Amino acid sequence: MIQYIIRRVLYAFPLLLGVNILTFVLFFVVNSPDDMARMQLGHKHVTEQAVENWKRQRGYHLPLLWNAEASRASKVTETIFFQKSVGLFWFDFGISDSDRRNIGADIKQRMWPSLAVALPTLVLGLITNICVALLMVLFRRSYLEFGGIVLCVVLMSVSSLFYIIGGQFFIGKLLRLVPISGYDESLQALKFIALPIAIGVLAGIGSGARWYRTLFLEEVEKDYVRTARAKGLSETQVLFRHVLKNAMIPILTGVVVVLPLLFMGSLIMESFFSIPGLGSYTIDAINSQDFAIVRSMVFLGSVLYIVGLLLTDISYTLVDPRVRLS
Amino acid sequence: MSSLLWMNTLLMNIKSKTIGVKAVLSAFAIFLSACDISQLNNPYSKKDGDLAVLYSAFTERPKHLDPAISYSANEYTFLGQIYEPPFQYHYLKRPYELIPLTAMQMPEVVYLDVEGNSLPENAAEAHIAFTDYLIEIKPGIRYQPHPAFAKNSNGTYRYHALSDSEIARINALADFDQLATRELVAEDYVYQIKRLAYSKIQSPIAELMKQYIVGFDEFYEATRDVDAGELMQRKLSGVEALGKYRYKIRINGKYPQFSYWLAMPFFAPMPWEVDVFYHQDGLIEKNITLDWYPVGTGPFLLAENNPNRRMVLEKNPNFRFEAYPDEGETEDREQGLLEDAGKALPFIDKVVFTLEKETIPYWQKFLQGYYDASGIASDSFDQAVQFSGSGEVGLTHAMEEKGIQLKTSTVTAIYYMGFNMLDPVVGGLSDEARKLRQAIAIAVDYEEFISIFMNGRGEAAQGVLPPGIFGYAEGPEGLNHYVYDWVDGRPKRKSIEAARRLLGEAGYPGGIDPKTGQQLILYFDTTSSGIDDRARLNWFRKQFKKLGLKLVIRGTDYNRFQQKMRAGNAQIYMWGWNADYPDPENFFFLLYGPNGKVQFGGENTGNYQNPEFDRIFEKMRNMDSTDERFRLIQQLQEQVRYDAPWLFGFYPKDFILYHQWYKNVKPNLMANNRLKYVRIDTATRTEKRQQWNQPVFWPIVFVLLLLAALIVPAAIAYRRKIRATASRFQ
Repeated sequence: MIQYIIRRVLYAFPLLLGVNILTFVLFFVVNSPDDMARMQLGHKHVTEQAVENWKRQRGYHLPLLWNAEASRASKVTETIFFQKSVGLFWFDFGISDSDRRNIGADIKQRMWPSLAVALPTLVLGLITNICVALLMVLFRRSYLEFGGIVLCVVLMSVSSLFYIIGGQFFIGKLLRLVPISGYDESLQALKFIALPIAIGVLAGIGSGARWYRTLFLEEVEKDYVRTARAKGLSETQVLFRHVLKNAMIPILTGVVVVLPLLFMGSLIMESFFSIPGLGSYTIDAINSQDFAIVRSMVFLGSVLYIVGLLLTDISYTLVDPRVRLS
Repeated sequence: MSSLLWMNTLLMNIKSKTIGVKAVLSAFAIFLSACDISQLNNPYSKKDGDLAVLYSAFTERPKHLDPAISYSANEYTFLGQIYEPPFQYHYLKRPYELIPLTAMQMPEVVYLDVEGNSLPENAAEAHIAFTDYLIEIKPGIRYQPHPAFAKNSNGTYRYHALSDSEIARINALADFDQLATRELVAEDYVYQIKRLAYSKIQSPIAELMKQYIVGFDEFYEATRDVDAGELMQRKLSGVEALGKYRYKIRINGKYPQFSYWLAMPFFAPMPWEVDVFYHQDGLIEKNITLDWYPVGTGPFLLAENNPNRRMVLEKNPNFRFEAYPDEGETEDREQGLLEDAGKALPFIDKVVFTLEKETIPYWQKFLQGYYDASGIASDSFDQAVQFSGSGEVGLTHAMEEKGIQLKTSTVTAIYYMGFNMLDPVVGGLSDEARKLRQAIAIAVDYEEFISIFMNGRGEAAQGVLPPGIFGYAEGPEGLNHYVYDWVDGRPKRKSIEAARRLLGEAGYPGGIDPKTGQQLILYFDTTSSGIDDRARLNWFRKQFKKLGLKLVIRGTDYNRFQQKMRAGNAQIYMWGWNADYPDPENFFFLLYGPNGKVQFGGENTGNYQNPEFDRIFEKMRNMDSTDERFRLIQQLQEQVRYDAPWLFGFYPKDFILYHQWYKNVKPNLMANNRLKYVRIDTATRTEKRQQWNQPVFWPIVFVLLLLAALIVPAAIAYRRKIRATASRFQ
């Protein structure tokens, strides 16, 4: 397994390089360094000299990918692409273009609020969805299952924005049970994240429970379930001990892969609840044409996604002894 | 705390054996411990106690807090309270008036000839080669406590050369143990001007100031490769300290508007020690920089700086005595704005700014009393404001019940539709092109635009200057009589027939282009091309259609739009200008020929060039605000109205709501340091918050009962089924 992991890590390098090149090309097809400079310098009193100075100070005066005027290796190294990309591979994200802040420090600071909302949402959501799905399977062919499916379809059909605004209106404004938005440190954060977590869980029940119900229904018809029932186990024991365990592989595929991405936060949720996470960091950077942040966040997202896939593979071996990584 | 005890007691009494229930209740107890049970939705901690705290929000995180770099209103909200330039705007007087802030009096202005000899005050502008601004500052002003000033017992600076181990344990400015201060001296103002001229800082006004401050350009070039630590030793020939409390700025020629620049944070003092302190690599890596941790002499200091979440200003303990103004406009006394006259500023202890990106939560929290003031987003406008039959603006009944106050003010800004004067169809000064522009100016009904798209928050513009700027004329005298008639004491837009007549005279009868025999097609370049903008763009099409003209919208992104403007490829466009300072020069220069965008890269976006306009502008721009200047301004207005390079659009209006506990509110669009005048009636606020925010629990109980009502019968049915199955097998 160690060899497998090393091989996957080595595969990651060309992948990350490819992602980096793609991000670079896409960004600079839309924005030139001049555009970036003008955007950052504002609307008033912007002269050509000011634009030139801005580019020179941030290293955007160099050619994009190939420096024809330089000699030997400098043809590649004396370019914006090389200068801005090489540090990423040892997680040196550099300084942002717009406000000159250290991106690494900002990411470290902003990932915790994102995690504080995303992790409980995922865990509670997972538990809730599994429970609801198992209950629907338990009460299959009853009015509860039918009602549950209808409710799931309704929940799936509602926009996530509606849950947010509706939740803020009902729980925050009408019932006045939690602050409408905001965030705080330590335990004080609880009152702020309770509503976004509840909304996150509720918004995910529709699709999650239906998906898990399908998995469980597939399992309950299998021979081993019949055997378990024949042994005299109750239906709840059958479902929670046997069916759930055997349906874990597709559940893990969906869950483990998103675990590392929890750091990246949720754009809409964080924006509406004023949670200072990473969710809005990338969008703000795209809007302000801050290439330094955009490339850092895309790179980080790619790394985390690769890590997620690797963890998924490893988790298969843990839940299913038949799976071997080679 | 009481809620925690209550829950613990409850926990002890519960005889449940299940760990799960206890865990849930414990979590609930912790949750409640984080809240005040009577005000569960309070987003603030109780530790502020009885302090007079102003609660506000910011929608966009500030990018720069270095006064040499910052140039946007949202950043000035913070900077204006911390940094103190030598002059400020009087809080209550109108028209806006400059008064001393850290200066003893207004600057002594000395005109000089080429030889450097003094000239009389009334010297002709042509003879004035230089102007000296001599400024004397008040003694005894001290900076906020800051580690940059801390010294060792041997007199060396304690934190100017931090070791790696020292930096390792520092994550914020609060982690420094030793703080100190020192007196403000004239050299600090000189040092800041050097920073403006330092190329590595990249001040947005550097290129502008090169034209004015003597030696600025030379300093800029000479320090290109110099480390910031050396700036103190370098000389900037036009700026020097003449003593501990006196300094001089020499500018080229005559530029009376320079005084206004001296009221902006760009010209606030900067102690060299602070610059040296922040130039340590280890601190920069931790985002501890001058751009994020300002150091000033103002009424407040930045106590918490987290632009991702919250910014907190606290009262500067070293702030000198400064009194609330004792004079203002005549109605100020009636409105209670002079009740605090002579009292020491500031009145509030702390200002908490919370990042609030969306308008809906901002608005709801304002209604709950958790924000003290709020703007009005379009989706909550009808909830807050209503217009009477006569067009008077007022609050709705719901707002009045809450005791909310509404303050409106016309912004010193203009939004206009510009014509590219280089364009062969709409541009140029020929009679045909001018009449075409005038016809469009009549057809595009900005009164309707303001009513439909701005909820009435604007005033149709009659000329270049908005109200409040010297030279603005009210009534028939200030009427754009090419577009309006004065009827029944108010301007009335000319009929569409008049516009059609002009269009015919322009050579496009009925909107038909004689060259093609078809509708004349005009092009409108805009960055607003999303779904939300569709109604607005359709409205513009409809306005042109009234004349038989076809308007083609060319939606483009910001970068391409800017490129088009620089290359002169746009035909018709929308633009706006917000005044830097309350002087007509700051508006008319937008139409001055040598400021043309295409040829000179200036702010004259329409590339309008009329020698007569330029001649009058050159005469007017550096004059004192006299009757003669007023007359010249009216000539300029007349010229621009006749040539119509702009369709004057509108002056936006600010509608701000304040809670009843927010005192001393008077809109001042020029002053950046307004917070020191604000007073908060904390007792009323506490009472109203309690009243408005009692939690409601019964719907939660109801939902839980409903769920139980659904599940219990099913569970019973399930148990019956299991039992039945089991008994069948027995």
